Amino acid sequence: MAQLRTRENLRPGSEPGSPQQLLSALVDHLRQNRTPLCEEWVQRITEARVLTAMTREEVFAEAIAVYNNYVDALESGTMETLQAYARNLSERIIPRGVETNEVIGIVLLLRDVLARSLFAKYQADFTVLNRILDAYEPAANRIANTVAVGFVQEKERVIREQQEAIRVLSTPVLQVRERLLILPIIGVIDSQRARQLTEQLLRGIRSNRAKVVVIDITGVPVMDATVANHLVQTVEATRLLGAMVIITGLSPEIAQTLVTLGVDLSKMNTVGDLQGGIEEAERLLGYKVLPVSELPHTE
Amino acid sequence: MEVPILKQGAYLIASIQSALEDDDLVRLRDALTAQVGRARSRGVIVDVTALDVMDSFATRTLSELASIIRLRGAEMVIVGIQPEVAVALARLGLNLEGVATVLDLEEGIAYLNYKAHAPGREKNPRGQI
Repeated sequence: MAQLRTRENLRPGSEPGSPQQLLSALVDHLRQNRTPLCEEWVQRITEARVLTAMTREEVFAEAIAVYNNYVDALESGTMETLQAYARNLSERIIPRGVETNEVIGIVLLLRDVLARSLFAKYQADFTVLNRILDAYEPAANRIANTVAVGFVQEKERVIREQQEAIRVLSTPVLQVRERLLILPIIGVIDSQRARQLTEQLLRGIRSNRAKVVVIDITGVPVMDATVANHLVQTVEATRLLGAMVIITGLSPEIAQTLVTLGVDLSKMNTVGDLQGGIEEAERLLGYKVLPVSELPHTE
Repeated sequence: MEVPILKQGAYLIASIQSALEDDDLVRLRDALTAQVGRARSRGVIVDVTALDVMDSFATRTLSELASIIRLRGAEMVIVGIQPEVAVALARLGLNLEGVATVLDLEEGIAYLNYKAHAPGREKNPRGQI
């Protein structure tokens, strides 16, 4: 089989044995033998120990759908329907824990099963077999490619979504009293995170009708001029929404950086630690926290 | 585009409905200045909830208006600055210094009441609680 074969372009033609005719014959053969070929394919999948996350019935049901899409793609030569199906399938099986190597593996197994059935059917005439394979192989390769790429793209989309969720969750805006929000920041703040932080904070101020916000930067290791400016602008924007910012948890290093950078500190209200910040906020809002023992006449 | 000015007890409420040209802003400034005297109002609320953009002319005119109103013996407060507008103003350094800004109409009235009942009180140097 290690011969050099010329790849013919698939052109519609009416000559006997034209690529188009061969393709039709191929597609008819695959359709007529769908059930046995699908069963053989599922058998191979089981032997290869892939898709263990799914039951045999589930695998068979998906196998029929994949098979139909596969044969349709072979016939039409266009990949759009297959792409859409691959995406849809990926959306369903990724949460089930199916891995990329499994998906590529099963598509290649199907390719092998179909190729073997072609060898069996056309083994009498080597020339015809070659020409059938000329029609089959490029199309089958495109299909394997399409399915694999569709799966990987879907996986990448899921990863991006998760990264976004982590980014949002990592700067929670928390209400601790009526009209009082805390924004604890952990980790490095870059420009994008600073922007996202500010958006979240302003939305939180609006929905909670907060009057004081305590921004705690204990967990921020490094600050530079850009981040310091973002912080100042966040304080400004917050003021325009009628709320006040208290910044807590400035490390000695960050405090030094801010002074050295010449950041306009008159705009910033700072308190050493979070506890002090919350106490100051409560005072501003008119709360007074007393131990129960100091309350008059409680039971 | 004329901005409707409503009277609510001792206060005037100017509700900006849509983007204003420069001369609309000037007209609003003049109208409010005049009405404060006529109605002997103690406070003015300028509601910018409907604005999704504010430029330097707007912020300068509103700052001037606040000063004029104060000279006429009343207080002014701007309510309803949208988050996107607040971010843009902060970034451009148009910070409406010296003008009280609060979240919404309810806060605006509360602010004016606070100011009215403590006329001798200096604005808290740490903010506007």
